[in-house]
Amino acid sequence: MTKFLLETMANFAITGFFADLIVVLVYFVLLLLFIIINVMLVVWVERRVCAFYQERLGPNRVGPFGILQSVVDAVKLISKEIIYPKNVDKWVYFLAPIICFISALLLYTVLPFGKGLVLVKLNVGLLFFVAFSSTTTISILMAGWGSNNKYSLLGGMRTVAQMISYEIPLLLSMFGVIMLAGSLNLQDIVNAQEHRWFINLQPLAFIIFIIASIAELNRAPFDLPEAEQELVAGYHTEYSGMQFAFFYLAEYANLFSLSILCTTIFLGGYLGPFFPSWIWFTVKVYGVILLYMWIRWTLPRIRMDKMMKLNWKFLIPLSLLNIVGTGVAIKAWPYIQQLVR
Amino acid sequence: MNTTQQDKLITQEYSLNLGPQHPSTHGVYRVILTLNGETITRAENVVGYLHRGIEKLAETRTYAQVIPYTDRLDYLAGVLNNIAYVQTVEKSMGLDVELRAQYLRVIFGELSRIASHLVCVSSMALDLNSFTGWMYAFADREKILDIFEMTFGGRLTTNYARIGGVSKDATPEILAAIRTFLDTFPKRFEDFNNLVSYNKIFIDRTKNVAKISAQQAIDYGFTGPNLRASGVAFDLRKKAPYGLYDRFDFEVPTLTNGDSYDRYMLRVLEINQSLRIIDQALKQLPEGPIMSKVPRVIKPPVGETFHQIEGSKGLLGFNLVSDGTVNPSRLHIHSPSFVNIGIIPHIAKGLIIQDFIAFIASLDFVLGEIDR
Repeated sequence: MTKFLLETMANFAITGFFADLIVVLVYFVLLLLFIIINVMLVVWVERRVCAFYQERLGPNRVGPFGILQSVVDAVKLISKEIIYPKNVDKWVYFLAPIICFISALLLYTVLPFGKGLVLVKLNVGLLFFVAFSSTTTISILMAGWGSNNKYSLLGGMRTVAQMISYEIPLLLSMFGVIMLAGSLNLQDIVNAQEHRWFINLQPLAFIIFIIASIAELNRAPFDLPEAEQELVAGYHTEYSGMQFAFFYLAEYANLFSLSILCTTIFLGGYLGPFFPSWIWFTVKVYGVILLYMWIRWTLPRIRMDKMMKLNWKFLIPLSLLNIVGTGVAIKAWPYIQQLVR
Repeated sequence: MNTTQQDKLITQEYSLNLGPQHPSTHGVYRVILTLNGETITRAENVVGYLHRGIEKLAETRTYAQVIPYTDRLDYLAGVLNNIAYVQTVEKSMGLDVELRAQYLRVIFGELSRIASHLVCVSSMALDLNSFTGWMYAFADREKILDIFEMTFGGRLTTNYARIGGVSKDATPEILAAIRTFLDTFPKRFEDFNNLVSYNKIFIDRTKNVAKISAQQAIDYGFTGPNLRASGVAFDLRKKAPYGLYDRFDFEVPTLTNGDSYDRYMLRVLEINQSLRIIDQALKQLPEGPIMSKVPRVIKPPVGETFHQIEGSKGLLGFNLVSDGTVNPSRLHIHSPSFVNIGIIPHIAKGLIIQDFIAFIASLDFVLGEIDR
């Protein structure tokens, strides 16, 4: 597509820096559209699914099955006034939702959506993903600090404690996969699962990944940063209008991107028989999203100290054990094969 | 604010205003917390945001006109408030009530108690973020409210009991609806329990949180489920049966630990006992009139009457002073919720915010009753 665009523009005598810029812009707009449409769909799915769990109907008025509800909500949020409460740290308060949303967008650049469907074929794709997903923490801390609200501050502090802790098992759970695939490139990781999905080889890592990613996403049972019943809305208590929408979009964009990552490294990504790769990709990703929703709407919120205990005393040692086990198994496997033969 | 210096890390206590507009203060309850990090060092109750002057209003109304005001006390169990008030008036006048009316009062009173306890357990589930459990229990409560609506029109503002009887008779359809509820509810409630009450995370959050010993509970004047969760088997329906409660076979569930989980579980157990009472009352329900002969103008003799019943939150008492006219001279309402929240500043010290939320949810207070 890049080639096609560049050639078309060359016909209109646009070359060099401007041509590249236009290509980048086109990609950016396409990516943004893709993400926003999907996020809206995920929000709608979440509301319908949780209504299903709770014997309710959920949104069913706007469009078929209420599918346009998110659009209407977005329009409402855009048309609302952005409120700056007294004594907020203006720049920090203003920048926090933007940073949050942008770091959520950037994650999509390295994720493979189908065979060959990837924006940037980065050699260190997984590292890039992890690095940018952790910048979300900074923006949430900024929002908590800049709001000049005690509930927001408490939410921000909880976020830092939680997200930094849970990043460790999240990373460690990926190590086994990286060792098996021998690459940080996400496409290579997918291709390495041609014959066997990594969930079969790394079941423990998969469970750790799911738990840690729920904590990363601030979803129940680990939704302490925005615990409604305790902290009203945590770090985004003071936000309104589009700024709130940015946080909301970022939250679901992160849900979507982590589900993609989960599919990519454990469930064979876009691989699958008969159907085109993007269909397999969509089915798997939405399967993972439904798993997250199932957990969210079933479990109560865990207590702060119990959450930390679960992380440091349980998840991290287990994931370290998993790495050691994987390393030993990789080395020992050829010998075992010889012995069997 | 005292500043403390520990290992060169300077920390400062700060105050956090929880309520009157807060998702989990169940109405307009306000508490000013002094926090050290997330640990509470001081808590101060502030009430009065829902004051409507019901006691004063009663002085300008006739005795029968006060009944609708009592709905607005503990609005989760309106029928029980109606009963407590009309029984006070009946006691002061020495009126007899028809048997069928008394049975209907028991049936609808206990249904009301179930509805109130369902709100307690489910909103506690909600406060610990078990959203689905909340929805389950509220769907069941909805069925009780539907029965109320079928019988006397109101759902929360019941206005059911009358001086000398009840306002509406229960038709066979209504009795059938109650029977259906009794048959279907236990299974659904088991689902709710499996989802919330026996959940590991839920138990972790509430077990051994905000323990109240039996002595403390008595010292602070606790009544009702909160007292029984601390191990004191005191239930007015057993200790001093009013109405018809001596005719039914039921137990007074008592738990010993006095923590948030026990206060929660006690309500779960009491719901089952209320179901038993309703079941027996339906079987014994006699035919007959629902209103006894009462004077056209209600004028209790000069004097003071005090009557109390086992409300859904504790002992609900009415103190009625009559000067022989058509209006009460003074009506004092002794509400259990007001007494029960007195312990919050004492117990809250040392709790973290999360535990505090579980604690106040387990106390199950209603602001309509606190502020009156």
